[in-house]
Amino acid sequence: MEQKRIIRAEHLTFRYLDEPDSQLVLNDVSLDIAPGEFVAVLGHNGSGKSTLAKHMNAVLLPNGGTVWVHGMDTRNEEFLYDIRQNVGMVFQNPDNQIVATIVEEDVAFALENVGVEPAEIRRRVDEALQAVGMYEYREHAPHQLSGGQKQRVAIAGIIAMRPDCIVLDEPTAMLDPKGRREVLKTIRKLNREHNITVVLITHYMDEAAQADRVVVMENGEVILDGDPGEVFGHVEELKAVGLDVPQATELAFELKQAGWDLPDRILTEDECIEAIAKALGL
Amino acid sequence: MLKDITIGQYFPGNSVIHRMDPRMKIILAVAYIVMLFLADGFSGIAVGVVFLAVCYGISKIPISLILKSLKPVIPIILFTAILNMFFVEGDPVFQWAFLTITKQGLATAGLMSLRIVCLIAGTSLLTYTTSPIVLTDGIERLFSPLKKLGLPVHELAMMMTIALRFIPTLIEETDKIMSAQKARGADMESGGLVQRAKALIPVLIPLFISAFRRADDLALAMECRCYRGGEGRTRMKQLKLCSRDIIAAIVMALTIAAIVALNIWFPLAVK
Repeated sequence: MEQKRIIRAEHLTFRYLDEPDSQLVLNDVSLDIAPGEFVAVLGHNGSGKSTLAKHMNAVLLPNGGTVWVHGMDTRNEEFLYDIRQNVGMVFQNPDNQIVATIVEEDVAFALENVGVEPAEIRRRVDEALQAVGMYEYREHAPHQLSGGQKQRVAIAGIIAMRPDCIVLDEPTAMLDPKGRREVLKTIRKLNREHNITVVLITHYMDEAAQADRVVVMENGEVILDGDPGEVFGHVEELKAVGLDVPQATELAFELKQAGWDLPDRILTEDECIEAIAKALGL
Repeated sequence: MLKDITIGQYFPGNSVIHRMDPRMKIILAVAYIVMLFLADGFSGIAVGVVFLAVCYGISKIPISLILKSLKPVIPIILFTAILNMFFVEGDPVFQWAFLTITKQGLATAGLMSLRIVCLIAGTSLLTYTTSPIVLTDGIERLFSPLKKLGLPVHELAMMMTIALRFIPTLIEETDKIMSAQKARGADMESGGLVQRAKALIPVLIPLFISAFRRADDLALAMECRCYRGGEGRTRMKQLKLCSRDIIAAIVMALTIAAIVALNIWFPLAVK
């Protein structure tokens, strides 16, 4: 059982202040993430989703409960660097996670830190840059790149470590629509073609709709967990915690409320168009 | 517009000197300084001047750049020249009240001025032909033996790299904050010096706060990428000495030998 899960959190509780009556940021969260999954974690500001993400590679350690990465307890310091190599993390602001002054040197940074041989670093850096489609920019300075490109460089810097899993903490929040599309496309490609497990923290519904599984958090607890069709079927619960559903889903939901005969699990515009056309008998 | 500034005084090019190993360039720059002080006659200094002129020729650095680098040191040159002119003892050529200019004084003054000019122009050649990134890298590797003495060489180089990396980011940010403050009615262009300095406070405070926030974020991102100081680190790009570096070293050695020989055969033109 243990080996089948990349990340396993059990009864995880966490508070930023170490006082018994301070507010719990995570309250008894249990979550398993299987290899190859694409999990989106949705939630409002302050729902604890970023805090949960930071537990996945031992940036934060639980106050109660346990987090295992490949069966390694994150509280055991011996495993710290093994865990961080296995679970890479990408943050919101691409500017603040690029260390070096040249793209390829930044991608090499993590590998240099863990002491990989120079020739092997070169190989893996080229591979990682090709995987995110930034190979032609390898000799550019980061400030010459657009936000989406910078974020892809940051992702390349993580996948060069060849992690089994990457956790992305709102990677598109600071990007323009074009940058968002680029980054999301890259993430999906890494998940499908390179079989990397992805945990995507986001508050964009359309991004979450592309995942295999959606976890919704509110007040430090997991309130919904399932495939996107299932989770977005709970339109009213989502609205109650201040979240939206994808526009197509909402339209279908409203139409159904108004008495239309539409199927469940509509996520994309295409599905919505098809369903409406069918209902109209076109 | 603020984004396009160049950092340091690097002058991009593709000459042999540009492509030399930064470590060798640093060593040779130091050797050149030693050479200038070994030369104690005009013939020796002349060799130094010719050597430098040839180097500048090879690197295709425009003369105007050399003059620009010399501009700030003109007062120092004048000061040394005047001091030497009046205070070196010997055969007087000009006398007025208590001021005496001697032949030897004039010679020393000329020699010293030339030496300073070569010193500045020589070390500038290093920074003109080496980008700050490569220079930092060269310094880190050159000084890495000092790690054994407890000197934090890697950490210093890392600081330099991060500083260089964030200069464009912070410039862009300053630009943004200034626009934001101007949009709120801040006046940064009029008034006296004090007033303008005061007007900068609403720019500097947000800039500092954001710099601290960035530092926090960057530290976290570096930790997530297994950064733990210089210990056990490898580098993707290895520096290798090529034949051009060895040739340059030999040329420098021969020039120094020539100067020592000149010192012996034409001892001290100035006495």
